[in-house]
Amino acid sequence: MMTSVSMTVNGKERRADVEGRTLLVTLLRETFGLTGTHVGCDTSQCGACVVHVDGKAVKSCTMLAAQADGSAVLTIEGLAHGSELHPVQAAFHEHHGLQCGFCTPGMIMAAVDMIERHDARLDEATIRHELEGNICRCTGYHNIVKSIQAAADHMAGQRHPGLVQAAE
Amino acid sequence: MYETNYHRPRDLDEAKSLFAAAAEGRYLSGGMTLLPTMKQRLAAPSDLVDLARLVELKGIVVTADTVTIGAAVTHAEVATSAEIRAVFPALAALAGQIGDPHVRHRGTIGGSLANDDPAADYPAAVLALDATIVTTQRTLEAADFFQGLFTTALEDGEILVSVAFPIPAKAAYAKFPNPASRYAMAGVFVAILEDGSVRVGVTGAGQDGVYRDATFEVALTADFQPSALDAIVVDPANMLADLHGSAEYRANLVKVMAKRAVAAAGSS
Ligand SMILES: Cc1cc2nc3c(=O)[nH]c(=O)nc-3n(C[C@H](O)[C@H](O)[C@H](O)COP(=O)(O)OP(=O)(O)OC[C@H]3O[C@@H](n4cnc5c(N)ncnc54)[C@H](O)[C@@H]3O)c2cc1C
Ligand code: FES
Ligand code: FES
Repeated sequence: MMTSVSMTVNGKERRADVEGRTLLVTLLRETFGLTGTHVGCDTSQCGACVVHVDGKAVKSCTMLAAQADGSAVLTIEGLAHGSELHPVQAAFHEHHGLQCGFCTPGMIMAAVDMIERHDARLDEATIRHELEGNICRCTGYHNIVKSIQAAADHMAGQRHPGLVQAAE
Repeated sequence: MYETNYHRPRDLDEAKSLFAAAAEGRYLSGGMTLLPTMKQRLAAPSDLVDLARLVELKGIVVTADTVTIGAAVTHAEVATSAEIRAVFPALAALAGQIGDPHVRHRGTIGGSLANDDPAADYPAAVLALDATIVTTQRTLEAADFFQGLFTTALEDGEILVSVAFPIPAKAAYAKFPNPASRYAMAGVFVAILEDGSVRVGVTGAGQDGVYRDATFEVALTADFQPSALDAIVVDPANMLADLHGSAEYRANLVKVMAKRAVAAAGSS
């Protein structure tokens, strides 16, 4: 049985016919050609597939495309404004928050969600705790944490002018 | 994953009839357990009936003595609910320890209870407080709802609608998570009820799934201190053993987590 689904992906209206079993990540990668979202495991643990659905970070390998019908989906491709990187992307670049890059799209989407939920006020312990759903096989996490901290501090500075970033 | 037909009913009645009409139907809530199981081809329902958006299963209602949570309320919603945090912070804290942020955005309390994984977190609180479980057919007490590993009183087609927790005077949950899966290797929920009695629910460790520890309860009702548990030896014979930990290890872990929960509840 095919189901017709429609959703906005990175701000654009998209429509597709999918099987009941089609995963959201499969729809994004194979039908919409958005291959920035990765698949790193079969067990819903690695987080390489993290995208935002209606503003919340989810594992797109563990959600059916049909479940996202009517939703707004944001993937790594939708984060930058033209050639201007999102502050989290810029921070990963600046602080070398990646090695092979496989986990990076999921890390960045998780980081953006984390920063939003904490209104950009993050400390190292919180960042490490919040990254429980994202696995990196290369970096040892150190520069990922540094990148997220830098992005959060930068965004906090924009949101809370005059705030001196102090550990909470 | 094998092929399956996806349905999104408008209300509970339509959900039940879609389920009844299916060759081998399964309800789908957050999908955080069912979809990984289907991906591994360990489950192959002919039809999935999606409950996640049903308004009848949504909502958190807090009264003077009860917190009622709809089956399709996500772990993240419970963890961040200002109302729950005000009257029953231990429950919000428990929900905030389930899996990881992405899992909490999708996974639901109804799905967790219906699944009854022996290492799931919610059952410890639900059983300890003998919460009331409302389904499309009846009202059940937690003690009758859980029936061993991955087994509940739910009948074919019956939908879990909501869970009502009596608000305890004090409570805390202490969990030792498996570092890879985040599920509990031992999780102990401790509560002092309004009448002064103490309840202890243990998950992750027992061979028959979640259980209440009567020995702990008696000792803690007499003296609500971590040291009240010092002399008690948890019997490894009733503990799960797997590659993550032996029965002896879990027996010790249950006591350690119970003491941590008592310490946390006492200072709350
Ligand atoms: C990486 C990862 C880590 C996790 N870590 C933890 C953890 O630390 N602790 C923990 O407790 N859990 C953990 N989980 C499981 C998670 O909490 C799930 O959300 C939960 O077990 C199932 O809820 P769900 O809403 O996703 O249900 P689903 O997967 O949609 O459904 C589960 C089962 O319940 C049935 N069902 C669902 N809703 C109803 C209903 N209303 N009435 C009747 N039957 C229903 C379904 O048919 C299915 O059989 C983890 C999951 C993942 C993927
Ligand atoms: S691909 Fe690993 S969690 Fe989704
Ligand atoms: S950079 Fe290689 S997996 Fe993270």
